[in-house]
Amino acid sequence: MSDIAVQIEHLKKSYGAVQVLRDISLSVATGERVVICGPSGSGKSTLIRCINRLERHDGGRIVVDGVELTDDVRALRAIRRDVGMVFQNFNLFPHLSVLENCTLAPIQVRGMSKAAAEELAMGLLARVRIPEQARKFPAQLSGGQQQRVAIARALAMQPRIMLFDEPTSALDPEMIKEVLDTMIELAGTGMTMLVVTHEMGFARQVADRVVFMDGGEIVEQGVPAALFANPRTERLQNFLGRILQG
Amino acid sequence: MIAALRKTLFGGWVSSIVTVLLALVLWRGAAGLLDWAVVRGHGFGATPAMCRADGGACWAVIGEKYRFILFGRYPYEAQWRPAIVIGVFLALFGVSAFRACWRPMLGLVWVGALAIVLALMWGGFAGMEYVPQDSWGGLPITLLLSSVGCVLAFPLAVLVALGRRARSMPAVRAVCVLYVELVRGVPLVALLFMASVMLPLFLPEGLNPDKLLRAQVAIILFAAAYLAEVVRGGLQALPRGQYEAADALGLSYWQTQLRVILPQALRLVVPPLVNTFTGLFKDTSLVLIIGLLDLLTAGKVALADPVWQPFGEEVYLLLAAIYFAFCFFLSRASRRLEAS
Repeated sequence: MSDIAVQIEHLKKSYGAVQVLRDISLSVATGERVVICGPSGSGKSTLIRCINRLERHDGGRIVVDGVELTDDVRALRAIRRDVGMVFQNFNLFPHLSVLENCTLAPIQVRGMSKAAAEELAMGLLARVRIPEQARKFPAQLSGGQQQRVAIARALAMQPRIMLFDEPTSALDPEMIKEVLDTMIELAGTGMTMLVVTHEMGFARQVADRVVFMDGGEIVEQGVPAALFANPRTERLQNFLGRILQG
Repeated sequence: MIAALRKTLFGGWVSSIVTVLLALVLWRGAAGLLDWAVVRGHGFGATPAMCRADGGACWAVIGEKYRFILFGRYPYEAQWRPAIVIGVFLALFGVSAFRACWRPMLGLVWVGALAIVLALMWGGFAGMEYVPQDSWGGLPITLLLSSVGCVLAFPLAVLVALGRRARSMPAVRAVCVLYVELVRGVPLVALLFMASVMLPLFLPEGLNPDKLLRAQVAIILFAAAYLAEVVRGGLQALPRGQYEAADALGLSYWQTQLRVILPQALRLVVPPLVNTFTGLFKDTSLVLIIGLLDLLTAGKVALADPVWQPFGEEVYLLLAAIYFAFCFFLSRASRRLEAS
């Protein structure tokens, strides 16, 4: 295990003629909590989706835990085992119970026994504070509860890195806090986290570093307090103005 | 209840007129049928001459011919064997209709049941006379062709549907597209003809699978093409997030398909799947053109008897009732499945 969890060098990605990522370089240390923010269309979601290859990059290099992302399926699956992901729309499996959602991958991918996987999953469901919902199906849960299940499902693979792609954007305001609390608790355990979010309060409280993206580039980055207090570029000033107003 | 009925049937003057007109038509039709079938109808004891005298239904034709209709030219003394076969199929359908019975064991049960069916039909052991396939006929043929057709066409259809969506394997994809488009573009009759007449020309001498097997293969290939499109529809209906979540968890392609995608996609397409299955069940009657004696053909051949020839309506009503019973069972089973 290296000190560098994720190493991104000169990353490029386009959809047809539209270049969404232009020459991004970013290095995330093990245990570091990085919040990525920026206006919509800035490429921030695409960036973290490249890290577990939900999107293929067109140029540059991505190295995750010492393994470079290529077309090698084995290496890719090894990386995906160690990188958990939480989506904006939860993407829980609706035909499986909450417990089965959390045990599917440990049983299928890690080869755990059903009993061991269920014990692990119940522990995680307790940690995200919904153990009593284990036998229910996702559709019976509120959005905030579903997102906490999604976090438990990702943690059940015992990942070394967690990616969050706008985890609270699809939630009603009163449910945002319960998800953020879960993430804050997770940050306290020393997990390496990359979080795309507009929740600046969360960034201030948890992040070691905030990365501001716009137009497919990293415009500014730094410790949250300094970055928010003295934005050096006009783009970040405008962005912060809009975010903090709303 | 009565108020609701009244509102539905006589809610306005248009609705009232339609109700009265429909009632009249129904009454005339039902009365005519009742008169023919029951009032003037003749029971199993009647002779053709008696029936012909007053033009009523002659149910004696059923009594006389039901064994030929159900079992075809199967040797008369051995017809208890196809009778058991029909029972085996009914039991098999009954068990398969319950979701609680859907375990890997059920596959074995099907294989075992089919082995029993074929052993009983062929015979040639344990004192049972050997009956060549040419002499099989009636309901067992229909049940065999349709149920084996559905059961084997379905997994093939799933593979073809997955193949058609495999972006990373253009060759597989092309083969699947070609297969579906070719088979769908040809009538089943033509496929049956090819399987029956042309296939033997291409096969080496000595290798000549029997007619029933060839028809079965044609039916499987035909059904699979249609089912594949139905399954593909279900696959397309699933949001991309399901694939992404499975990918992000590190599930392999087959784990993703078997555990995440297919369980959801197939449930979505139960109605059109059952639609295709019922269509297939009735389409098996087309095997008459290659000389197989299925249920419908057996009924037709039974009517070739000059003595009973005038009583086609009675026989066709019986055939319709049998087809309807199976299709109705299938649609009820599917509704239960949808509800679960």
